[in-house]
Amino acid sequence: MSTANLLPLGVAIPLLGAVVLVLVGRRLPRVVSDFLVTFWAAAEVADLMLLWMRTGDGHAVSWLGGWRLQHGESVGIVLVNDRIGIGLALLTAVLVLAVVAYSWRYFEEPPAGHAGTFPALILLFEAGMCGFALTGDLFNAFVFFELMGAVAYALTGFRIEDPRPLQGALAFGVINSLAAYCSLLGIGLLYARTGELGFAQIGQKLTGHRTDALLVTAFVLVLIGPLVKGAVAPFHFWLPDAHAVAPTPVCMLLSGAMVELGVYGAARIYWIVFSGPHGIPHHVFRDTFVVAGVITAVVGAVMCWQQRNLKRMLAFSTVSHVGLFLVGVALLTPEGTAGTALYVAGHAGAKAALFGVTGTLLDRYGSVDEHSLYGRGRELPFAGVLFVLGGLALAGLPPFGTALGKALAEHSAQSHAAWLPAVFVLASAATGAAVLRAGVRVFAGAGRRPRENHEVPETTGSGEEPEIRDPSRRVPLPMLAVPALLLCGSLALGLLPGIGRQLAQAAGLFTDRAGYVGAVYGYAHASAKPPAADWTAEGIALGLASAALAVVFAAAALWGAPRDAQSVVRPLRRLHSGHMGDYVSWLVVGIAVLLVAVRAQL
Amino acid sequence: MTSLFFLAAGWIFLVGAYGMVTSRNVIRTVGCLAVTQSSTYVLLLTVGFRRGGTAPYFTDTSTRTPVVDPVVQALALTDVVVGATVTALLLAIALQLRKRHGTVDPDALTGLKG
Repeated sequence: MSTANLLPLGVAIPLLGAVVLVLVGRRLPRVVSDFLVTFWAAAEVADLMLLWMRTGDGHAVSWLGGWRLQHGESVGIVLVNDRIGIGLALLTAVLVLAVVAYSWRYFEEPPAGHAGTFPALILLFEAGMCGFALTGDLFNAFVFFELMGAVAYALTGFRIEDPRPLQGALAFGVINSLAAYCSLLGIGLLYARTGELGFAQIGQKLTGHRTDALLVTAFVLVLIGPLVKGAVAPFHFWLPDAHAVAPTPVCMLLSGAMVELGVYGAARIYWIVFSGPHGIPHHVFRDTFVVAGVITAVVGAVMCWQQRNLKRMLAFSTVSHVGLFLVGVALLTPEGTAGTALYVAGHAGAKAALFGVTGTLLDRYGSVDEHSLYGRGRELPFAGVLFVLGGLALAGLPPFGTALGKALAEHSAQSHAAWLPAVFVLASAATGAAVLRAGVRVFAGAGRRPRENHEVPETTGSGEEPEIRDPSRRVPLPMLAVPALLLCGSLALGLLPGIGRQLAQAAGLFTDRAGYVGAVYGYAHASAKPPAADWTAEGIALGLASAALAVVFAAAALWGAPRDAQSVVRPLRRLHSGHMGDYVSWLVVGIAVLLVAVRAQL
Repeated sequence: MTSLFFLAAGWIFLVGAYGMVTSRNVIRTVGCLAVTQSSTYVLLLTVGFRRGGTAPYFTDTSTRTPVVDPVVQALALTDVVVGATVTALLLAIALQLRKRHGTVDPDALTGLKG
């Protein structure tokens, strides 16, 4: 099979699988339906793995239905990608496979009459995410964006018996759909100007115009969709609400892959569509989004530290890390991009493992509340070890993949502004520390028993509906084996030098607009020299520093004198009101600020 | 003249967003979301509009007849399908919320905060 056919197959395989499961799922026994979904997920991994190897250090291009460019004009849809996009699709597929294995015994009793629904939705979700990662067409990206969105809303509200998942799904759906419509408005404006919809084609046509108000408006509007999906402050409010209530396997996918796709989309669209001559200058994008990333990282880290609901804590840690990812790609250097790609992959393994272990707690005790679970996890020592290791990986302890990615991104950030590595170290240390604090409290029962504080509004996470019906059974093997394997994957990313080098090469291609355009238009282009992607003494030192800081923070919280820092963070916590109207206001304010900021820098 | 349509699209979007911010009923919020979406229809059809153009198919006319841009019409159609799916899903969630929670007032949905 040719490389060009592997690209559309990456979308078609999970779509077909979803259709099959919907059609025959309800007639099959549970075991057969689990086997079927595992088969489809494995087939998708195999397809993307083959695509990864075939693509090498070039681009894979596929014109759907043979509608190629004619004299530089096109009406067809093109799927085109390098190893960054394909790698992200592969990461998604691996996570889906892990999630499928994890949920073999998870939903003990699926809703009556809808046996195949959950696996079918997971496969549809995979199709949307892989399509978004692989496409080279703006409108096509919008459609996949909405596909993964709609499926994710349904999956978030999957447990329709409980009011909270419904509320989270509703906020998620309203905010993300509104953002998607902003993107569509921007796409309409770009089409009005260029008459094209492909990334590369729009980018080429835009070089013939000057940068004016229409281009700035289109730029900001198009990016709103990916930025909201990527939970960049102040568009992040939906994320903790959705993550705190979604079923655990879904959280693994939302945090591990979907949110990162938002950052990927923003970077890809900027590079190919807007970064050319007469587009949005590099310094404007860099300055604007490094600041946005830093704000996101700080807000996420502060809020993460404040949480006692474990899922919500992990959700805010995702917000914080996404801020760091945004800084990494917004530096617009191959090194920053390579670091971010590694960081995303390492983070996905660690975060999914943490959600998986949290799922076992929910499974056993019907609670994800750090305070009420105090000491109750002592009977699950292996889960405790995994949880603490996950926390250290989040903090960036070498040799986890997160540490290598963070080190590369920090090195690149340092040449932009000397204080940026400090943000990386502090944000990752704070989120890692929150996880360590919770892990030690829950699984070892160490430290002071936490005090109740009723003055601040908070989501406790106790009294959750257990996601299974028989809490007295043993923890099913896949629910601990899958997180352990995911952590091993995160470790392997840091230890195997080949992966880092391949990603560095891919990052060189990702930041080479002419190469991408050449691949679409069909002419050869000499590729740039890839950046170095190896461990350095400085990187290891910074990684050790943030891990040590995380341990110190956690120890201070557990054994130090209780301190009341609430007055500083209370206003910030009050902003996370759970009210949809507030979130929409923040979205509109964010759009306005971005418009003004970009316009002012031109 | 055309810029008036672009302004109208922007206005519809803002009206919908205002409705979502001030809404006291989840059903109304979803309705306002559909309003913001109609701004995309207006914008897309404006982009493809051509003075004196007819519908873009050539069964009974010469292929030289001026027609409006068919691509944006395809986009608008896809957009309608996407919008219908999302609206239906969100309304279903709102109904279920009314059944389980007994309210559709966003101010009363206080399960998630901080």
